[in-house]
Amino acid sequence: MGGLLSYFRSLIGSREMRILILGLDGAGKTTILYRLQVGEVVTTIPTIGFNVEQVTYKNLKFQVWDLGGQTSIRPYWRCYYSNTDAIIYVVDSVDKDRIGISKQELVSMLEEEELKGAILAVLANKQDMDGAMSVAEVHQALGLDLLRNRTFQIFKTSAIKGEGLDQAMDWLSNALQSRK
Amino acid sequence: MMGMKRDKKDEEDASGGNPFHNVEKTAVLQEARIFNETPVKARRCTHVLTKILYLINQGEVLGTTEATEAFFAMTKLFQSKDVVLRRMVYLGIKELATIAEDVIIVTSSLTKDMTGKEDTYRAPAIRALTAITDNTMLQAIERYMKQAIVDKSPAVSSAALVSSLHLFKTAPEVIKRWVNEAQEALNSDNVMVQYHGLGLLYQIRKTDRLGVTKLVAKLTKMPLKSPYAACHLIRMVCKLIEEEESAGGEVTALMDYLESCLRHKSEMVIYEAAHAIVNLRRTGPRELAPAISVLQLFCSSPKPALRFAAVRTLSNVAMTHPAAVTACNLDLENLITDSNRSIATLAITTLLKTGGEASVDRLMKQIASFVSEISDEFKVVVVEAIRSLGLKYPRKHSTLMSFLSGMLRDEGGLEYKASIADTIIAIVEDNPDAKEAGLTHLCEFIEDCEHTSLAVRILHLLGREGPRTKQPSKYIRFIYNRVILENAAVRAAAVSALSHFGATCEDLLPNILVLLQRSQMDTDDEVRDRATYFYSVLSRKQAALNSQYILEGLQASLVTLEKALLNYVQHPSEAPFDLKSVPLAPVIEERHVAPTGQLDGGGSRATPASVAAPTATRLPATATRQDVYIEKLSAIPQFDSFGPLFKSSAPAELTESETEYVVRCVKHTYAQHMVLQFDCTNTLSDQLLENVNVAVEAPEGFDILVSIPCEKLEYSVLGTCYVALSLPESVLSSTGTCSATLKFTVKDCDPTTGQPDSDDGYEDDYVLEDVEIGVSDHIQRAAKASFGTAWEEMGSTNELQETFSLPAIRTLDEAVRNIISFLGLQPCEWTDKVPEGKSAHTLLLSGVFRGGYEVLVRSKLALSPEGGVTMQLSVRSGDAEVSELVASAVG
Repeated sequence: MGGLLSYFRSLIGSREMRILILGLDGAGKTTILYRLQVGEVVTTIPTIGFNVEQVTYKNLKFQVWDLGGQTSIRPYWRCYYSNTDAIIYVVDSVDKDRIGISKQELVSMLEEEELKGAILAVLANKQDMDGAMSVAEVHQALGLDLLRNRTFQIFKTSAIKGEGLDQAMDWLSNALQSRK
Repeated sequence: MMGMKRDKKDEEDASGGNPFHNVEKTAVLQEARIFNETPVKARRCTHVLTKILYLINQGEVLGTTEATEAFFAMTKLFQSKDVVLRRMVYLGIKELATIAEDVIIVTSSLTKDMTGKEDTYRAPAIRALTAITDNTMLQAIERYMKQAIVDKSPAVSSAALVSSLHLFKTAPEVIKRWVNEAQEALNSDNVMVQYHGLGLLYQIRKTDRLGVTKLVAKLTKMPLKSPYAACHLIRMVCKLIEEEESAGGEVTALMDYLESCLRHKSEMVIYEAAHAIVNLRRTGPRELAPAISVLQLFCSSPKPALRFAAVRTLSNVAMTHPAAVTACNLDLENLITDSNRSIATLAITTLLKTGGEASVDRLMKQIASFVSEISDEFKVVVVEAIRSLGLKYPRKHSTLMSFLSGMLRDEGGLEYKASIADTIIAIVEDNPDAKEAGLTHLCEFIEDCEHTSLAVRILHLLGREGPRTKQPSKYIRFIYNRVILENAAVRAAAVSALSHFGATCEDLLPNILVLLQRSQMDTDDEVRDRATYFYSVLSRKQAALNSQYILEGLQASLVTLEKALLNYVQHPSEAPFDLKSVPLAPVIEERHVAPTGQLDGGGSRATPASVAAPTATRLPATATRQDVYIEKLSAIPQFDSFGPLFKSSAPAELTESETEYVVRCVKHTYAQHMVLQFDCTNTLSDQLLENVNVAVEAPEGFDILVSIPCEKLEYSVLGTCYVALSLPESVLSSTGTCSATLKFTVKDCDPTTGQPDSDDGYEDDYVLEDVEIGVSDHIQRAAKASFGTAWEEMGSTNELQETFSLPAIRTLDEAVRNIISFLGLQPCEWTDKVPEGKSAHTLLLSGVFRGGYEVLVRSKLALSPEGGVTMQLSVRSGDAEVSELVASAVG
């Protein structure tokens, strides 16, 4: 019995994957975290600090850190970079004014040595709203075409409606497992 | 499995002794890096966190960077689901909250825990959240805190309530909005929640007297389930009673409530009520009786804590109401043999206070049997009891004195020895019969005294009292031994003491001069300086010089003298520095010199200034009230030309304390001017006063020079305006009455913000009580060590003598107190104490009139056969008009 169990362990990988959810304030990070964890939309308030939860997706265990996106909290992101396997970067597709700031934060984060090996999933969130930028526009605005040496993918999502999150998580699971 | 084995081995290694005894800060902080590892090793991390907490609690100081680093590493532990570890993290957050930076990073995590399903997390999360929250963040968590207060889990509710109490210190305005939730907590069935709810509610309403009155009225009618809450309510009631009393309100209902608490079913509440009743100022024998009988019952309780509480309270009551405690004497006698020494000591000392003169010897013997077994702290209690006994039964002084000298020879710390010396000094001063014996004991004590400060005090006392005993010469040997054997500070004090003998006793002078001459060879500068100074003064053989430069000492205010000298050094002038330009130090009436001495309760005995002096040397020189005034007044340019401040009066109320505007007046006297300082408070929250000044109608001969208004007087913020007067040319018309009116512009304003509703205001005025300028405002107290010498020296040039009869005054004591307060002079040679049973008394007073004229007054008082007191007043001073003014003042 024990042998069988350890066989399965090796199959799915015993270590919890560590994922950071980052992005500007109001992008929908906390909503995404709890959508992934409990499958529902919960009422959220601006995150002062962080939330950390264990998320199980298709037998894979993730330890997901949702870090607050307010200007005053962003400097602390770096305290949580070490040992990160993947980053989910959430963008408010409606907020055209601040897409530039979002790009800067993304670029400076990706320069960090500790995140060199981390896989990146960009979520163009709030696609359910009118006036949302398309995936291509977000891709363009974030300058993702200049990205080298990074496993990454962009998805269009709506955390409120639960659309697009499964695709993103499927991709992430596959990418993380094939990385080994 | 491996991990568990290692842990076991760790535990074995540590068994026996403190497992943390060689924990080291840098090593532990290094270990704290383990917090960053994933997955979290809960047991190891818990252990490391424990070490960090241990270090902090041992007083180890963490730097900001170290603490912040450890804090952020610790935040990673929130990913673990281990319950023990999480609770350690809460503790860690609380400890590091004040040291580390950016601690708000855990706000979301803690908010989640406090609202989550896990009950064991919620209460500690609230407490940790309170520790990291600052005022700006409070708004964000307000909703959660309000919910937590009314949570059905008592632990959560209590945590939220107590946390709110802590937050009240920094953000009272926010917490005040939680009053409804606190109210709901008050109705809780849980004893702790009810107690904490009451605590918060009271904190919120504390400043609003009406609110407290209503709250108390409601709660006294509804029995509180929680004994803790009941105790808290009793304390609120007491405070309210004291406040109502001073405002002249009605307190019968509140007193009845306190008494009803004596029949509560919880011992805690019964004790609290008894303790409260005996400590109220208004309590008389009638209220006291039921409280005392409750305490009496506690004396025979099997619980040591209750016995201790009861006997300790009784011991305090014995100071104020000895007669009431007599009823418990039998119970207290039983407690003398209590196995708990603290209880036994308190029992005996209480009996000493209440027992008759006859039992003193027996009780002293009882104490002697175990005095060596009790701690210094309780020995001090015994000494204080002896001190009050000495004052109560002067005839017992020999028993008490020999007991005290025995205690002096025992081992003991400075505080203990000092209290014995204090007691002996107090008895010596109070009881002339005990003087010789007391001084002898003190002399023996300094032969072998390891405490420099105590030796110096005793030498000072010997110098003052020794020369006036029957045989002064016998003290010289003791004092000179100090000059040979002791350290520099004691030698210097001994030299000063010797000089007093030389100045007072003529027949000893040649010997003293020889001794002083020898001391001029001393190795220490201070000792040599003193010896040289005293030698040269004494060798002139002039009584006037002796009294002025040896016996009197420096009377100038030290803080001002320092400033004046500094000023002189910075702005050198041709004229030599004049010590007369420095105001005299107001004579300090230190009550605490005799902390427990008064057995008779109300008897206010002004401690002679000379007793205060050696005590004051032990305290650092602090700025007195007058020094504060000097600071304030010298900042006002208009008063620059008035010269140095001579005297400031005590503040006088010009309004009732409960009126719309409260005004107090302080009179500042200069050589030729007087400044009236009006401290005004606006007690109306819906008014803003502007351009506030006091219109004064000066008496004949006074001229108003300038009036400085107070620009703005906000609600309950003290504002000050001034009126400066020039004093009349003729000293004789220095007294009078000024009528005063407060004038101002009123603007109505919003009570919460204090902002005026509009820019328009209207003029208004408010009539104040008159300001009286009396003789005492022109006179500064100044003690004379030897009145007779000063009297002779002054001569009879400006002497005036008058005889008055004071029919309204019944006793000599009353007459003495009236004269002193009326003239504002300092009583000399303890003549303010009238010996009991005498029908005649001489009061000697001295002081300085503005302009530097010394004033001496000898007042012979006699009880006249037809009731009242007859007084013959002789005044001598440096100026004829001053004499006349002082003499006419009494009539």
